[in-house]
Amino acid sequence: MADRPAGAEIPVATAESPAREAWRMFLRNRSAILGLVLLAAIILVSLFGPPLYGVDPFKIRGAPFTPPGVDPNVPLGTDHVGRDILAGMIGGGRATLAVGASAALMTVAIGLLVGAMAGYYGGLVDEILMRITEFFQVLPSLILAMVLVALFTPSLYMIAIAIGVASWQSTARLARAEFLRLKELEYVKAGRTIGATDRRLIWVVILPNALPPLIVSATLIVGVAILFEAGLSFLGLGDPNIMSWGLMIGSSREYIFDSWWSATFPGAAIFLSVLSVSLIGDGLNDALNPKLRER
Amino acid sequence: MPAADASSALLEVRNLQVDFRTRNGIAHVLDGIEFSLSKGEILGIVGESGCGKSMTALAIMGLVPTPPGRIAGGEIVYRGENLLKASKERMRRIRGNRISMIFQEPMTALNPVFTVGDQIAESIVLHQGLSRRAALDRAVELLREVHIPAPERRIGEFPHQLSGGMRQRIMIAIALACEPDILIADEPTTALDVTVQAQVFDLLLELQQDRDMAIVLITHDMGVIAEMTGRVLVMYAGRIIEAAAVDDLLENPQHPYTSGLIACVPQLSDEPEAEREALMEIPGVVPPLTELGVGCAFEPRCGFRMPVCVQSRPSPVAVGAGHSAACWLMEDADRQGADRQGADRRDGDRP
Amino acid sequence: MSGPADRPLLQVRDLKVHFRTGSRGPFRRQTFVHAVDGVSFDVPRGTTFGIVGESGSGKSTTALAIMRLAPITGGTIDLAGARLSEAEGNDLLALRRKAQIIFQDPYSSLSPRMRAGAIVREPLDLMEIGDPEGRDGRVADLFGKVGLRAEQQALFPHQFSGGQRQRIGVARALASQPDLIVCDEPVSALDVAIQAQILNLLRALQREFRLTYLFISHDLAVVQYICDEIAVMYLGEIVEQADRISLFKRPLHPYTWALLSAVPSAASKRRGRRRVSLEGDPPSPIDLPPGCRFAGRCPFAEDICRTEAPARREIFPKHWVSCHRVGDDGVPPHEMYPLANGPGGPGGPARP
Ligand SMILES: Nc1ncnc2c1ncn2[C@@H]1O[C@H](COP(=O)(O)OP(=O)(O)OP(=O)(O)O)[C@@H](O)[C@H]1O
Ligand SMILES: Nc1ncnc2c1ncn2[C@@H]1O[C@H](COP(=O)(O)OP(=O)(O)O)[C@@H](O)[C@H]1O
Ligand code: SF4
Ligand code: SF4
Ligand SMILES: [Mg+2]
Ligand SMILES: [Mg+2]
Repeated sequence: MADRPAGAEIPVATAESPAREAWRMFLRNRSAILGLVLLAAIILVSLFGPPLYGVDPFKIRGAPFTPPGVDPNVPLGTDHVGRDILAGMIGGGRATLAVGASAALMTVAIGLLVGAMAGYYGGLVDEILMRITEFFQVLPSLILAMVLVALFTPSLYMIAIAIGVASWQSTARLARAEFLRLKELEYVKAGRTIGATDRRLIWVVILPNALPPLIVSATLIVGVAILFEAGLSFLGLGDPNIMSWGLMIGSSREYIFDSWWSATFPGAAIFLSVLSVSLIGDGLNDALNPKLRER
Repeated sequence: MPAADASSALLEVRNLQVDFRTRNGIAHVLDGIEFSLSKGEILGIVGESGCGKSMTALAIMGLVPTPPGRIAGGEIVYRGENLLKASKERMRRIRGNRISMIFQEPMTALNPVFTVGDQIAESIVLHQGLSRRAALDRAVELLREVHIPAPERRIGEFPHQLSGGMRQRIMIAIALACEPDILIADEPTTALDVTVQAQVFDLLLELQQDRDMAIVLITHDMGVIAEMTGRVLVMYAGRIIEAAAVDDLLENPQHPYTSGLIACVPQLSDEPEAEREALMEIPGVVPPLTELGVGCAFEPRCGFRMPVCVQSRPSPVAVGAGHSAACWLMEDADRQGADRQGADRRDGDRP
Repeated sequence: MSGPADRPLLQVRDLKVHFRTGSRGPFRRQTFVHAVDGVSFDVPRGTTFGIVGESGSGKSTTALAIMRLAPITGGTIDLAGARLSEAEGNDLLALRRKAQIIFQDPYSSLSPRMRAGAIVREPLDLMEIGDPEGRDGRVADLFGKVGLRAEQQALFPHQFSGGQRQRIGVARALASQPDLIVCDEPVSALDVAIQAQILNLLRALQREFRLTYLFISHDLAVVQYICDEIAVMYLGEIVEQADRISLFKRPLHPYTWALLSAVPSAASKRRGRRRVSLEGDPPSPIDLPPGCRFAGRCPFAEDICRTEAPARREIFPKHWVSCHRVGDDGVPPHEMYPLANGPGGPGGPARP
């Protein structure tokens, strides 16, 4: 009996991995593609724009408050000290995006570690870690980040770390819930019976299966982190030596009625970045959700 | 509206077609379903999962999700009225009042945030226009009828406070609230233990006898079919491939799929000493409904296949009194009085 | 004298698994679920031992405890002469090679992100079985043994049907050449037409490798078909245990009797027989009644049943039962006192 190939019933279809299948689903989603293209454009401009445009965003290049389209030298006009807005737009993206990405990475790293340990080990470990999480959760995160940045010298690293420390709790809860659910599944039990260590079960067996919701939440955190950075810079808590969109808005906040353009352009750039990231997040959510994938 | 003739069938389904649009094309989820149901009878529908049992029930209830589903043809005639032509409002009145349904998972069918009394009473108020007070009294009465102990106390409880068997009995009570003619039970005991299943079946039999109610019992278990039903439809890939009285079907199955279905499951027997032979296997799996060819849908798994089986689809052929099967093997059998119902109906319908 | 050769492969003695429930904390009430509460049995090498019972009776927990996947509250488990219940570290790993498990749900028992081949190879790598070069061949061999094709190693679980996934689970369990395979409802989640394929496969593998099975199921017909000896569990206890012929011919415990009569069967001789109706549902395993746990539903319960737990007695050779009212001569209560609403007993006419 055992030697008759009952497996003959299905053809060896393309051995498409779940990740590839998700990617294929993602590519079918128009708004996600729009988000991806938008984000790619923003990243490309931020990476290669500054050397091509070749203007120092801190340099004074024209009369203060030059409106856009008046002086061909400064197509988007100048701010209250005469700095080129276009140069700021091109040069400020690096810092904003870098802070957004590294803060999201930081958030996911802390959240995942805490959530995985709490969910996998349960019991006392869970109890203690969840108390700590709750403690951080009741602190208002913007204020926590402000305090952290104010205590240390404001630098991009510090800002990323501050945002991470202030916003990891929801990721931790998400990771914990996934680990709690997955560790009860039979394939994890089967792993134990074939001698897999806790370390292997957590990182090799459970994590890949817990990843989809975490990836989705990470994209949302990138958006939040960009806004956070803008908020901190707006409040004057950013690194004053590095141009960022948040810094541009923050430094021109007093002149918002005299030169609408100096805050509007970087504001639009932030809006588009956050929008593109959340479109990608939505697309990933649909692509990684096996129930929706059937359609 | 013509008055229902007492001798004719209560419900008649004729050439029912239901299609679903899927990622891989159109699936003919039900294809030429034809049967009738008389007053007080228990009709069994049996088959592997995905063969269209639940969809047949949903079509009768007017609950096929559209889209992606679509009723592509046929008639469902209840007491002389074609339900497929009935207005939404009319269907809502029939559903629950005249034809009721209970489902496999009694937990998900009950709303967790309302007490069971509220849920039964709601259905009574909705369909019979009783006052709330009177409806609650009626609910207590119904719970007593489905043998729930201390019904006065139970109506104040929430679904999660009850056991699975109790929840299924609540579902039956809701289904009975309006004294329906027809009760459709879709795998009502699959989630229950055997001793509890026996309680639910006793209850269903009692109700069928006391109220002369017709029951459509959907199951995948031949044992349940044997114990509960009078007549049986065997479904495969959206079609009825054999229909017969239960004893006839079990003693004398005609379609290769039916005999396979009976032989592949061990049955509890009183002679455990008998030699244990290898179980008969039905090789392979049900093909995706979007990939059916023009021939017999069972052909890839059938041990009796012939060249003709790939070329065209067999139609139901009468093989005895009230016994029909759709298989090319039947064509050679005695065809006296063979009622080729539905033959060639959909020829040319397929590429 | 019994040498090690005829010692049972698996010996379970007074196994207890209690789970703590309710919230933690110094002032809150502690309750325990008595999932398994003093279970003992032996499984001889090369045989199939069945455990039947309704949901919540503790079948899976017994299986998980034997696999060391559930915390053992008390009692011992010996596998091939070694104390499995107390083994740790490398000793435990060595014993794990000898005992493997097949789960019920073929969907949650395979990691969706691993290829079928990698799933079957994992135990070989983790338990360092054979030399690494030979493992590819061994995996291909295992695929053949369970009726899959070697090319299918490259596929992911979602590309297989339920029955085929169960075959992958069987191949994974076979990888370490175990002596004992615990099968926890291995066919319950499968479509009726697919169950026979897996049952036949399990029987063929048993003959080929002289495997020992602990087979758990709520389906009495399947248990009757596949098991040599059967234990009936009710609320964490074994209430009756016998070989398959005795148990199905003449059940002694009123619960077994009622359970057997409740199974609908298409077998011609059983059709149309009246069922015994048990009232009510099993009590909760948290607040266990004193005395016999079945007393609340037993049609034959007497005062002693509600106060004193019945002892386990060997009424016939290798036929154990825990019931006050089974006579020492082996006549069960349902034969002495036929019920007005019940059959003469599923085992045929009452003895003279
Ligand atoms: N919303 C839907 N979209 C697409 N196909 C559907 C949908 N609902 C049901 N189907 C298909 O219709 C067919 C019949 O479904 P149905 O639920 O009636 O099967 P069943 O025999 O009752 O199975 P089971 O025993 O698993 O409940 C199946 O092939 C199913 O995949
Ligand atoms: N981890 C757990 N925590 C608390 N109770 C549990 C746990 N696992 C099982 N139980 C309880 O133990 C009893 C027996 O469970 P189980 O062995 O899974 O039953 P089954 O016979 O259906 O396989 C049930 O009442 C169940 O709710
Ligand atoms: S028609 Fe042909 S393939 Fe289909 S069941 Fe009959 S013999 Fe088998
Ligand atoms: S001990 Fe008493 S209550 Fe328990 S099964 Fe026997 S007769 Fe019934
Ligand atoms: Mg169904
Ligand atoms: Mg179980």
